[in-house]
Parts: sequence; C-alpha cells; structure tokens
Amino acid sequence: MLSPVASAPLVLAAETEGRAAELSSGGFFAGTAWIMLVLPFVAFLAIVLVGKRMKGQGSELAVGAMGINLVWASVLFVQNMVGGIYREVNLTIGEVGTIAGHRLSFELGFVVDGLSIMMYWVVAFVGFLVFVYAVGYMQGDVRVPWFFASLSLFAGSMLVLVGAPNLIQLIIGWEGVGLASYLLIGHYWEHKENSDAAVKAFLTNKLADVGLVLGTILLGAALGSFRFSDLNEAAAAHADTLGAVALAGGLLLFFGAMGKSAQFPLHVWLPDAMAGPTPVSALMHAATMVTAGIYLMARTFPLYHEMATGARAWMVTIAVITLFVLGFLALVSDDLKRVLAYSTVSQLGYMMAAVAAGGYTAGLFHLFTHAFFKALLFLGAGSVIHAVHSNNMSDMGGLRREMPVTFWTFVIGSVSLAGVIPFAGFWSKDEILATLGHEGYTGFMWVAIAGAFVTAFYMTRAVALTFFGTYKGHGHPHESPRVMTAPLVALAIPSVVAGLLNIPGVSWGPIRNFTDWLGARIVPMGDYHPSAIEWDLAAYGLAAAVAGIVLGWLIFSPEAATQAARDRLEVPVLYPLLRRKYYLDDLYMNGVVNPIKGPIARGVDWVNGYVIDAVVNGAGFVTAWLGHLVYGRLDQQGIDLVLNAAAGGTRGAGKRLGLVQTGKVQQYAGAFVVGALLLVVVFVIIT
Amino acid sequence: MILTQFLVLGAILFSIGIYGLLSRRNAVTVLLAVELMLAAVNINLVAFEAFWNTAAAHGHIFAIFVITIAAAEVGIGLAIILLVFRNRASSNIDELDLMRW
Repeated sequence: MLSPVASAPLVLAAETEGRAAELSSGGFFAGTAWIMLVLPFVAFLAIVLVGKRMKGQGSELAVGAMGINLVWASVLFVQNMVGGIYREVNLTIGEVGTIAGHRLSFELGFVVDGLSIMMYWVVAFVGFLVFVYAVGYMQGDVRVPWFFASLSLFAGSMLVLVGAPNLIQLIIGWEGVGLASYLLIGHYWEHKENSDAAVKAFLTNKLADVGLVLGTILLGAALGSFRFSDLNEAAAAHADTLGAVALAGGLLLFFGAMGKSAQFPLHVWLPDAMAGPTPVSALMHAATMVTAGIYLMARTFPLYHEMATGARAWMVTIAVITLFVLGFLALVSDDLKRVLAYSTVSQLGYMMAAVAAGGYTAGLFHLFTHAFFKALLFLGAGSVIHAVHSNNMSDMGGLRREMPVTFWTFVIGSVSLAGVIPFAGFWSKDEILATLGHEGYTGFMWVAIAGAFVTAFYMTRAVALTFFGTYKGHGHPHESPRVMTAPLVALAIPSVVAGLLNIPGVSWGPIRNFTDWLGARIVPMGDYHPSAIEWDLAAYGLAAAVAGIVLGWLIFSPEAATQAARDRLEVPVLYPLLRRKYYLDDLYMNGVVNPIKGPIARGVDWVNGYVIDAVVNGAGFVTAWLGHLVYGRLDQQGIDLVLNAAAGGTRGAGKRLGLVQTGKVQQYAGAFVVGALLLVVVFVIIT
Repeated sequence: MILTQFLVLGAILFSIGIYGLLSRRNAVTVLLAVELMLAAVNINLVAFEAFWNTAAAHGHIFAIFVITIAAAEVGIGLAIILLVFRNRASSNIDELDLMRW
C-alpha cells in the first residue's frame, strides 16, 4: 500500500482531471477522495494493534473511520447531485512487463465519477449504519476487536474496488472483500458448519475469480492498458485491437461477476454465508459486496453494449434464471436469514438482467434502492434473532407487539422489496421491466413480472410467520436497544423515498435525476432509460406484487398459519425439489467434490504407498548404510580425536584464565589503570 | 594565561580520583572518586579551550556533555548501590563478587 503522505504530490502531478467539458473536477473533496480508500485500512491496523485495550473493543475506531468516510462520500454525493463530477487519478507503481508487444504498467489510483460516487455513498452510508448496529449486536460476543477489524478491512477493500480506475486495482479490492467475507462468515468457527460455509464461499468465489483474472489478462494484453477509461473508449470506438478478444474477455469478466454476485449456478455459497453474524450478512451479503459483480458489469458497460454483444443474450438468460428460479427457494426455508439470502440472489438477478439487457441506469438504480431495503431487512432479522436467539421462523411469531420498531421497519423493507407503490423498490423494479421490454426481451420481462409475484409472496410469508400469530419460542423477547433500532429507522427512510430520485423525466429543483448523476462519465453510456413512466408495465408489476401479498396473507395469516397450512404448500415433486435446493449442492458434492475425494484420493494414496514410499524407503536405506560407514570410521576415529583434543585444550585454558575473573571491581579498575599507564609510556616513547 | 596551573590541578584531582577508586571499600565513595576524575577531565577541557580560544568552543561544549553523562552515570550508579544495599545490607564492594568464575 502506498503511503498517502508521500504520494500526495505525485498524485496531483499525475492526475488527468475534467476531460469532458461539462463535468467539473469536483474540487477538494474529489481530489482527496483517496482518504476514503485508505482510512478503513488505518482503522483495521489500529484495531488489530490496540483494539483489545479500548473501551469499546475497537468498535469506536471502525465507526469513527466510517463516519468520516460518510461525510466525505455525502459531500461528493450532493456535489454530484447538483452538477456532474469526473476526476481520475492514476499513479504508476511499476512495469508489469511486456505482453503481446504492449508495455503494461501497474497503476493505483481512484476514480470519482457518477458511478463510483454512488457506490462510495452506498458503502459509506449502509456501512456506517451497520457498524453502529453491530456495536449493539456484538456486545459481549466473542472476538469483537477482530470482528470490527475484519469489517474495516472489508469496507476498505470495497472502496478500493469501487474506486479502482483499472482492472488490476479492482482485482486487489475484489480479493480483499473475498478475504474479509471468508473471515467474517467463519467468525464463529468453533462450529464446523460455519467454517465449512466460509470455505465454500471462498472456493466458489475463487473458481469465478479465475474468469476475472483471465479476462483481465486477455483484455489488458489486447489493449495495452488495464484502465477502464481506455477499455471503454476503445469499446465505444469499436477499436480493432479489441475486436478479436472482446467477446471472450467479456464472458470471462462476466464469469467472475457470476461468482461474486451469486448468479446461477454459482450462487450456492451465498445462502450458506448466512452463518456469519447478521450485520455481516446485511452489509456484505446483501447491500454491498455481492453487488461488486453488477458494478463490474456497469463499469465495463460499453464493452458489452458496443462490442461483446454476443455475450448479452447469455448474460440475460443466466440473470433471469437466477431471479426467477432461485426466488422460489425462499418459499421453503424456515431460516429467516436464508429467506432473505435467496431473496438477495433473486434481486441480484434483476440487477444483472437489467445491466446485461442494456439498462445501465436501471440495474444500478435497483442496486441503489436494494442496498437500503435489503440491509434494513437483514438488520431487522438480526434484531429479531437477537431477541429470540434462533434463526428459525418456527421459533418466532407474534413479535409485532414486543418489537414495534423492528416490526414496522421490517414491514417497510418488505413492501419496498415487494415493489409496492410508492416505495423505493417499485420504481427501480419498474425501470428494469421497462428496460427488458424495450430491449426486446419480452418473454424475460414476463418472467421478471412473475418473479415480482414470488418476491411479494415469500416476503409476506416471512412477515406473517415472524411477526403475527403466537410466539412459539422460549423466554420473553423484547425490543432491541436504541443503538440497534436507530439504524433501522435511518434505513427505513431511504427505503421509502429513494425511488422518487429516479422517476423518469422528473427532477426536484437543483437535485437532478438519478440517471444524470450516473451519466457523469467520460465515455457516454448509450444505454436505454425510459423518458416517462410506462404505466401499463408499472400496473402489471404492481398487480403481481399485490397478488403475491394477498395470496401470501391468505395462506400464512395468523388464522391459517398453522402447521397444517404450511403442509398445504408441500406440493409433491416441487416441495422436495425446493427443499433440496434443486439438488445443486448434491450435484456439486457428488459430481465434483466426492470424485476428487474418492477415486482420485485413492489413486493418490496408491501412488504414495507404492511409488513414492518405495523411493523414500530406498533412499532411507542407502542413507542409513552410508551413515554407519561415516560414523564408525570417519567420525569416531578421525574427527572426534581432533575435536576432543581441541575441547580438552580449551577447557584447561579456560580453567586457568577463569582465575583472573575474581569478581572484585577494584582489581579490574587497577588493571585498567595500569594498562592505561603502560599505553601512555608507549605513546611517550614512540613520539 | 598560564595553562600549567590548571593542568597540574587537573592531574592532582585525577590522581586523587584514581586513588579513591582503587582503595576505598564503600561503593558510594568509589562513585565520588569517579566524579573527581570526571571533574579533572572537565578542568583540562575548559583550560585548553580558554587557552586556544577557538570560535567553535568545542572544549566548553564537551565539558557540558561530560557533566550530563556524569549526572546520568551517578543516577544509575546510586540506584544500583541502593538496590544492592537493600538486598545485602552492605555497600562494601569487596563483598560484591558474585560475577566471577
């Protein structure tokens, strides 16, 4: 990592600011945006070193760093609301080498433009609230300093990721968030299944990362630069250098995004990732980290929009499968957090579908609103889990009287997620539907509308089973402390009103439309965004949501929500299929993991036992024989004689010389004086 | 200015210091003898500086260094003696002969 102080003048010298005429360079806060990227790492180190000895076990450092970041990001956010900002700073660290005739350099830096400002703010805002919430949630828990250190590490890596001006720095942040995710999922590693979940998340992401790294190398070698601005400019200009590798590179990058953003069939790690503490699930596995893949697709949007157009059909298909098929899994889970996890996977499918279909703004707007209401839902779930000490909805019920704040904020999050007008989720989902329809994916658009129905249905089920009916758990649950409910309220506000920021064709005084904020980039996006609301589509989406809520209430309302009512849903074939998660985990275990563990392991064992061991044993025998020879003849009769003589001589001399060491200081001083006098005499004689 | 007087004074002080260092049995007295020797060195330094009268005044500066070091040395020395006295109820350095063969 660079030391910020030393690099500051270099950064100023290297910056290329305000290339597009209508965009401002953003002034002080944009020029010093690197502070946001560095600050969480400082907090991380400080917590690791001194967190244990602090009153709040280091949480105050993490919250403080995030608070400063929030101020920074908010200033940039407001600046960009009023007038667009573009600033890109690159600092060359070193030469990577020569690939395919291009000299490639390794650069670090940061980008301040519409897209990254939006991400900075979401990470800082949700991150700050989750950090505050975690102070209450983790009270008296194990390894609190390490928890907050890892959270800070995550926040720093995420900001490095979204601030990256080139693919290399993006990979650094990408791996950093993966590491933090691994550490935090396995926070309670005393239970085997938790550390298994952490390993699963890590390995699944690593598999996908191969695609990201290969794509980066391919595009970088073809283009001679890892910078996004160069990549996007080349793509917008249909450069020949990119032509041959655009499709392959685009698909490889998308494969990387599939892992991080939990797209089918690489989504399997995300539900298991719920083993981590709930604030982690809220921040990383709902609001920010899993959107990194969507962010990457948006950052390289011109590549897919202009050149790698062949990839788009695949991407939309995978995204639509994700949003529809995996949404069903939320219907059968008893674990409240898993319901939300499958919901997250499904919503990530919506975002990916929009970005892949050409709706740059639509996908990112859903990312923006989803971050609020999904973080809100997870924190609400955490509040409930904190009260009843169980993740299972069969241990909950009737909590709306004991936990009014949690109940109301959870309901707000749920209707926002379901897409009810005028909550945030309605506007963003409507824009995705409009994009899919406009870009000619009519069939997929109807699937997405059906997905909205499923979303509303499972959220109604979750609310009914958790907050209505009678309490089925143990003890007396009560509302969480203020430090936990305040973030809930703070997240509920944007969950309601954030949608108003991007009503097509509407702006609020000096605050411009969300579409314009995101448009603050050098390379024009050329994406589709509706200029007016398509009321018929909105009506379909709304109807699907309302139908889902009504049907969900009919089946799971307190009057009906008995065990018998739940059994009514256990449709043959479909129910076991969903309970076993489409047998994907079994497929991976039996198709990939066990063949490696079984025959391959046996083969390796045979080679080990008969080939390697034979060689090792033979070598051992020869060595032992040689050793005997050397020991008997050379060592005992040759070398030892010399050594013993030397040792005896040394011991005798030591015994005699030791007598000089009397321990009496004044004898030493006398000897010293005599020696000094002798030296004086010698000196006088010589001169 | 006559240098010799000061050098003779320094030599006498130094000799008394060496005598005290070698002959006294009380550790505190030995420390005092060391101080005498340092004072003798300081007299030499200051005397030579006054004699040559250089612009940089190295001799004076060095004398101040010596005084500083002497103060630190006496602080540590007295602390050691105090601890030894507490442990063994004696400050006779002939009895402090643990550090031998």
